[in-house]
Amino acid sequence: MAEVTLISHSGTRTTLEVPPGTSVMRAAIANGVRGIYAECGGDTMCATCHVYVDPEFAGLFPPVNEDEDEMLEATACDRLPSSRLSCRLTIPDGCGAVVVRLPESQR
Amino acid sequence: MSERVVIVGAGHAGISTAFELREAGFAGPVVVLDQAGHEPYERPPLSKAWLAGAVSTGELAFRGPEVYARRRIELRTGVRVSAIDRGPREVVTADGARLPYDHLVLATGARPRALPVPGAGLAGVHRLHTLADALALRAALDGARALAIVGGGFIGLEVAAAARKRGVPTTVVEAAPRLMRRVVSEPVSAFYHRLHEEAGCVIRTEAAVGALTGEDGHVTGVRLADGATVPADMVVAGIGVVPETGLAGAAGLATGDGVLVDEALRTSDPAVFAVGDCARFPLGEAMVRLESVQNAADQGRAVAAAITGDARPYRDVPWFWTDQHGCKLQIAGIATGADEWAVVGDVQERRFTVLCWRRGALVAGESVNRPADHLALRRLIAAKASISPAAARAGGFTLKDHARSLAG
Ligand SMILES: Cc1cc2nc3c(=O)[nH]c(=O)nc-3n(C[C@H](O)[C@H](O)[C@H](O)COP(=O)(O)OP(=O)(O)OC[C@H]3O[C@@H](n4cnc5c(N)ncnc54)[C@H](O)[C@@H]3O)c2cc1C
Ligand code: FES
Repeated sequence: MAEVTLISHSGTRTTLEVPPGTSVMRAAIANGVRGIYAECGGDTMCATCHVYVDPEFAGLFPPVNEDEDEMLEATACDRLPSSRLSCRLTIPDGCGAVVVRLPESQR
Repeated sequence: MSERVVIVGAGHAGISTAFELREAGFAGPVVVLDQAGHEPYERPPLSKAWLAGAVSTGELAFRGPEVYARRRIELRTGVRVSAIDRGPREVVTADGARLPYDHLVLATGARPRALPVPGAGLAGVHRLHTLADALALRAALDGARALAIVGGGFIGLEVAAAARKRGVPTTVVEAAPRLMRRVVSEPVSAFYHRLHEEAGCVIRTEAAVGALTGEDGHVTGVRLADGATVPADMVVAGIGVVPETGLAGAAGLATGDGVLVDEALRTSDPAVFAVGDCARFPLGEAMVRLESVQNAADQGRAVAAAITGDARPYRDVPWFWTDQHGCKLQIAGIATGADEWAVVGDVQERRFTVLCWRRGALVAGESVNRPADHLALRRLIAAKASISPAAARAGGFTLKDHARSLAG
């Protein structure tokens, strides 16, 4: 289990116990975390699961691929170097903790 | 005073309404009733990732069960609503219980249209609407020797792609001259036609079904109106859905291929709303009914806003997606009646967007593996941006630049 902490734009912290193999998006949706919509259900098509990954955790995940890169250019809030789509962030084996911040809006 | 909202149907539209009510600050009781006996789940993967084995059944749930309680959403599954008593404002359930409401939201969805031909009741004939349908279909695919799919729309083609991936010989029978005719432009139809044929699927357009043939109660083939027969030991019918309007009609609400609602999604009774697949609403000059997750989710939000006193016309840009053989199609807007189109991008590379105009106005766009084009299009259509076909066809044109110029 990894401790995934999501920090909302207004500062609310939610910490979830997430098994390896689950995406941050899936964990957020299953737990009803506000601020992640995931309209496309994780198909890299809606950009409503945008998060900012704290730099110290960025290396846990595979790099941004071409599809994700295109989508990140079209998110509702600004793209930053730490921008990711949370449906692409699968918790790896042996991961202890991850902290991500949510953008002000998703659409 | 604490008003109570009762929602009939725990699909995308009903569940969206419930959660959006809480987001909008609604504090009263929210009760969601559904005749299905299990937790609400997502339908789109049933014909895509789930059918292909890439997503487990457990991952289909909308929310973990404890989230409903945490948001004080009372979800009652296995409860069928049999009538609406509009006088006292009560819904009546199949076991005779009565539940009062101040606002009622009908989110009853649609049911698959039955094949109107002899033999439709034979064993081996499937449809795909619920998780139960999907489980039966997936199990049958394992042993299938020859699959015939009636209907070359989204569901039929998504099933065809999954079946070919498993190596099942597959034929798609479509009455119209081209695939997905009702919903996509000619270039996109032609592209997916080729894609399916390249994957070894046989496609027969302009082929009307006369009957299903059978032996010992099990299907053996599809007989076409011209007398030819497509042999099959498994048939999937994907010929569209019929909106669930029974409750509304019996309660005297206006219906007509859907529960009729106004711009704020109110039925002819102001205490009753309808959302999602079952609702027919005004969009521009036309009354439309849309079958998509986006429409269900956004209408849920609009009704929550109306109930909490923030009613505004529902005008979200419709969008839809499908995934066939790894080629993702995203549609923004409605192309009905389009009279001109232009292709941007590279069809050979399987990355392109078709823009559609009606009487000079950009009304829709269909993107294949170009998600950023799709998102840009949604903004451009919402803003009624004017792009001319000539400009789109000129070299160096990109939708992203146009969307940027809107923002800037
Ligand atoms: C296999 C499949 C694939 C799809 N793929 C896509 C896709 O890729 N993209 C997309 O945008 N859309 C897709 N759709 C369409 C999308 O799923 C629907 O548009 C959406 O689910 C509609 O939501 P809804 O809440 O209006 O209806 P539903 O999800 O159908 O929910 C209606 C609910 O009401 C309940 N109900 C009905 N009558 C009663 C009653 N009297 N009492 C109690 N309960 C009742 C039903 O049991 C049902 O659970 C797909 C649909 C299917 C079936
Ligand atoms: S859930 Fe749609 S892009 Fe991540």
